[in-house]
Amino acid sequence: MKEKWGAGMRTRKKVKNYMALKLIIFGTLAAAVILMAVFAPYLTPFDPYEQDLGNALLPPGRVHFLGTDRYGRDMLSRVIMGSQTTIFSALFLVSVVTVIGSVLGIICGYCGGRGDSFLMRLSDIFLAFPGMVFAIAAASVMNGGIWNAVAALACISWPKYARIARSQVMSVKNQPYIAAARLSGSGFWKIIGKHVVPNIAGPVVVTAVLDIGTMMMEIAGLSFLGLGATPPTAEWGSMMSNGRSMLQTSPWVILAPGAAIFLTVMIFNLMGDTVRDFLDPRQRKR
Amino acid sequence: MKRYIMKRLLQLIPILLGITLLSFLLMNTGTADAVDVMESNTGGVMSEAEKDALRAELGLDRPLTERYAVWLGRTVRGDMGESFVSGQPVFAVFISKLPATIALTVSSIFLTIFLSVPLGIISAVKQNKITDYVIRFLSFIGNSLPNFFASLLLIYIFSLKLNLLPVMGNQTDWKSIILPTLTLTLSMASKYTRQVRATVLEELNKDYVQGARARGIREKRILYCSVLRTSMLTTVTLLALSVGSLLGGTAIVESIFMWDGVGRMAVDAVAMRDYPVIQVYVIWMAVIYVCINLFTDIVYRYLDPRIRLGQEDRRS
Repeated sequence: MKEKWGAGMRTRKKVKNYMALKLIIFGTLAAAVILMAVFAPYLTPFDPYEQDLGNALLPPGRVHFLGTDRYGRDMLSRVIMGSQTTIFSALFLVSVVTVIGSVLGIICGYCGGRGDSFLMRLSDIFLAFPGMVFAIAAASVMNGGIWNAVAALACISWPKYARIARSQVMSVKNQPYIAAARLSGSGFWKIIGKHVVPNIAGPVVVTAVLDIGTMMMEIAGLSFLGLGATPPTAEWGSMMSNGRSMLQTSPWVILAPGAAIFLTVMIFNLMGDTVRDFLDPRQRKR
Repeated sequence: MKRYIMKRLLQLIPILLGITLLSFLLMNTGTADAVDVMESNTGGVMSEAEKDALRAELGLDRPLTERYAVWLGRTVRGDMGESFVSGQPVFAVFISKLPATIALTVSSIFLTIFLSVPLGIISAVKQNKITDYVIRFLSFIGNSLPNFFASLLLIYIFSLKLNLLPVMGNQTDWKSIILPTLTLTLSMASKYTRQVRATVLEELNKDYVQGARARGIREKRILYCSVLRTSMLTTVTLLALSVGSLLGGTAIVESIFMWDGVGRMAVDAVAMRDYPVIQVYVIWMAVIYVCINLFTDIVYRYLDPRIRLGQEDRRS
């Protein structure tokens, strides 16, 4: 409470520097995780798909740092390889949903009219479903597979972004600078691209970054249920699901991919929180 | 108030229609062909002519709109078809499994309130002190833990290593509800501790608190008598709104703990491609979710005079 009103320039600057440092640290960590996913095939010490039944279910040791699974596949290699599936699909999902949702939201908010009310009623309906329930049903109809899981989650997540973008546009579109741009002869696309988008990007980006971790957990959750990545593919959720029966005898089969999801989600959540604090000073208190 | 409730109830109709239409389309387009699934589930081999006859019998050869109308009429009457696998009416099965899921949801909600309200308040009052950092750190961990990993960890620690609690939820033993409840509470409590903290902090920064302090009212009294009352309203509302997502989120936890609720029913049905069961699950979960949200909205409005008086026409 103390620093809210009484903050002098110096304190404020200190806070800002501290935030920048946090942003750099978590940004670097997130970048490192993404780089790991990109270069996964070159980082794995063993072939993540090569079975070696003689060495099945070895506990973590010097050769196999995280042990081996029931087909003798090296867990460390599989966890590294699995980062690709989970992280790429989550990032892809978030970017697709952000783009589609905000484009629809911007058009709805700017143009209004029948299209707007139709799309908003449609988003009401999608928002009426508990997310995971709809995703389970949609993914099961589409027969599983990681891309179908992504599509199922995309179906249920776009309305949130459309809503945010729309409400932002509604508050921006009657500002004098938009009228000025229109009067000086700017076309629809120029106004949207040059004046609307930069002014509404903040909240949309914050939501998107904060969503990465959640989406990862949901994709992994669907895979865990057998509705995402299918068995031979290394994916954290399905690896854990396959190891469930071995929890008692060889817990590393579960703990390794579990810890991987946990750490990755944590890094992206920390980054998301910092980005929010950075872009949205109103909520800095939280 | 009465007018508002009526208005909200009327607005419910298109949403319910939308939910049913969307679920209907989901199950009747794409790769899901009921007859093919029935064939593969019974293990029998049918000729194309037999399949067509069966399709005609089930009304699958009719245009989509007509099928929707017929289907909707039956759905409203609670007749949602039979399971492809067991042949039992799915609606009855759903109703029989619902209490287990509700028990799990309710116990998690209560545990969440008992944990996150005090922790959030402490965290807010001790802002930027060690206690606050510890609580925030813990809530961060809880927030990043996927519930399937959390449940496996809890099973590993409490059932396999310490041998304290049963893994399976057979509902006869009260102990079996502990682990699934803990799992669900973990992520919920983490989320709401932060929520409570933010709300209390916001409230503490308001002018009336400054005024009370200036008048020499003790900090404790300000906190318990004024701040908590207003901030709890917001928090409990938010919590009630998350009942829906909790109902959905139980699917994974139920199937891990063998908890005999609707979530596990749906997950099992997914494996068997038992579409009527999935359909009943999707529709009724959505309906329950919508009704809870509406109810919370109305109660919140009733309890908070600011909204009731100030924004009567602006909202909705």
